[in-house]
Amino acid sequence: MPKEKMTGAQALVRCLEAEGVDYIFGIPGGAILPIYDALFDSKKLKHVLVRHEQVAAHAAEGYAHATGRVGVCFGTSGPGATNLVTGIADAYMDSVPMVAITGNVASTLIGTDAFQEADITGITMPITKHNWLVTDVRDLARTVKEAFYVARTGRPGPVLVDIPKDIQNAEVDFEYPEAVHIPGYLPTQREEPRLKDAAVLVRGASRPVVYLGGGVRHADAHKEVFAFCELLDAPVVTTVHGKGAFPETHPLCLGMFGMHGGRYANYAVQHSDLIIALGARFDDRVTGKLATFAPEAKVVHLDIDPAEISKLVTATVPLVGNLKVLLPQLTEAVRKAFAEHRRPDQGPWKKRVQEWREKFPLKYRQEGQKHILPQTVVELLWRKTGGGKCIVTTGVGEHQMFAAQYWKTNQPRQFITSGGLGTMGFCLPASIGAQLGRPTDLVIGIDGDGSFQMTLQDLATAVDLKLPIKIFILNNLFLGMVRQWQELFYENRFSETPLTDCPDFVKLADAYGCLGLRARTVDELEPVVDRALAHKDGPCIVDVRVRRQEKVFPMVPAGAPLNDMIDGE
Amino acid sequence: MVSDMEKTESAQNGSTHTISLLVENKPGVLHRISGLFSRRGYNIASLTVGPTEHPEYSRMTIVVRLSSKPVEQVVRQVQKLVPVVEVRELRPEDLIERELLLVKINTPEKNHAELRALAETYEANIVDVSPDALVVEATGPAGKLDALEERLASYGIQELCRSGRIALERGFKTLAPPNLK
Repeated sequence: MPKEKMTGAQALVRCLEAEGVDYIFGIPGGAILPIYDALFDSKKLKHVLVRHEQVAAHAAEGYAHATGRVGVCFGTSGPGATNLVTGIADAYMDSVPMVAITGNVASTLIGTDAFQEADITGITMPITKHNWLVTDVRDLARTVKEAFYVARTGRPGPVLVDIPKDIQNAEVDFEYPEAVHIPGYLPTQREEPRLKDAAVLVRGASRPVVYLGGGVRHADAHKEVFAFCELLDAPVVTTVHGKGAFPETHPLCLGMFGMHGGRYANYAVQHSDLIIALGARFDDRVTGKLATFAPEAKVVHLDIDPAEISKLVTATVPLVGNLKVLLPQLTEAVRKAFAEHRRPDQGPWKKRVQEWREKFPLKYRQEGQKHILPQTVVELLWRKTGGGKCIVTTGVGEHQMFAAQYWKTNQPRQFITSGGLGTMGFCLPASIGAQLGRPTDLVIGIDGDGSFQMTLQDLATAVDLKLPIKIFILNNLFLGMVRQWQELFYENRFSETPLTDCPDFVKLADAYGCLGLRARTVDELEPVVDRALAHKDGPCIVDVRVRRQEKVFPMVPAGAPLNDMIDGE
Repeated sequence: MVSDMEKTESAQNGSTHTISLLVENKPGVLHRISGLFSRRGYNIASLTVGPTEHPEYSRMTIVVRLSSKPVEQVVRQVQKLVPVVEVRELRPEDLIERELLLVKINTPEKNHAELRALAETYEANIVDVSPDALVVEATGPAGKLDALEERLASYGIQELCRSGRIALERGFKTLAPPNLK
């Protein structure tokens, strides 16, 4: 490729084009002006103007989750960059591939407390896979190439490239490198996997459970996972990010386990003699009290990140590597082991799990209730979308857990939520990113009134882009999950959780120029849902007034053993 | 005496490990590594950093004190950092460790001869002498320096400075990955 003379800003635009970027989420500002000026000439890059940088980062996450590609967001120096921080931290916790690009003050001003200066590489060091401050325009193209490479390879995650304004203006001979060479970065493992040892454990287990996490999605390995689970014919449990890794309507699937998992799912894990963890990290929200977690279980842990092995739960056999490559090898090894030696009879274990399932189903009772129950809304939406044939995004709180419990996700990349960081306000931005990434899919949001109010200003963005997203706010006029904990563990002292001064969401929708609907009773619910789903002309906000006291059950109190669950009435 | 002290220390503070790192010689690398140690709760006893035979790489020796976490977890977390080319725990039986000690003794001239003799025993040097003070320099494993320090204490230590441990593995093994050998 011949070299071309251009500015750093123009070079950046060319880099992004070369990476195949289509959407960028961001807001311009003083220190990133040269980049926005260069962007003005690009025919390939589409910039989405959001109303707050946090939304830019979450929208990039939603885009990345829905498409499997790297999400890209822009922010200016100082506050623009710090506003991205929550979204970057969220992407880090959930291993979402993202490239954040920030402008910074001129390199001569860095370190002088200049106007809108923030040490964003310093600030984001603990929440990025890596970040770079570009100090020479000749390093820019290589840095961007490395940034995309690091973001999407190995265990994916966010990276940040900080570009001072003078570097954006400096002239450079542009050439986009073809190869990446980072001496200290090895996205794949060098060790020989102990497949035989793992197969021996699987073959010998009489109470096995397969535990699926977000890593299945990152590796695009749901087909491989399906083949493995069918071969094992063992109960399958998932994390919230494992939803869709295996069809939740499949008879083997026990759905989500953990703090708000089904009793039967938690019991299965606790009584298992072998846990096969695929792309999961034994988060405290799924293990409960670690010391009492699955006391009789041996563990086969397959993960791409060696630092996750035996971090919390000791792996009997660790398998480090790419799930899509390693799992078929494990499947073959297990198939061979099954052929060579007979497995212990799985009948009693399956019968036991089935009994738990029948005895302790997820339950709620809408009949006889004047008020709409949030679970009813989730199940109605699921039915109305042909059995969940759409993308769901959620905020964080009770509504998220109701969605995780009752929304049966059958396809990967259809349940988009903030898991690790638990970021309220995630729903609307993620739905914007997901809808842009997958324009022909139906995107609905299940949000809470508290969560929605954290990023609602970006209704303007959704209206501007005429995105047909439908946000259902399960409105209980509370910070519901906090209220639930106050009721259960703080003697009903509802300190600062009522949100009774909530704005009129229908009027709010009207003010933003989109459709706003409201359902107060069970009778009103179905027609309102029908109307919302039929609305194709831009976004729609539905204020669903739900029973204010409804709580998420079952629940493992924080720090309690996983099988020590409390139930509702 | 020294080993007794170490025993009590390890009982109170967990186990001590020497970790050797080869890192890219770039701005901010020390910040990335020390930040990782602090946010993951790994207690740094000492950290040294300096140039290597390759100008583009630096070598770090970190002595870490761990109460509950296994050292493998630390090594794996550190390995994830992009500028870290290689990292390994150097096992006590495999390593040669050295530390540098500078100590200023505030003592009248009549004690100087005695101190010189003491320094000789520890292969230490007197590197500065003034009428009522002298500076002793010593190198060696931490245990030897601890012992010397204890002996010097009775003369009145005015100021003391230790470099922290540097270490290499015995034998032909090196930390550098194949492409750097």
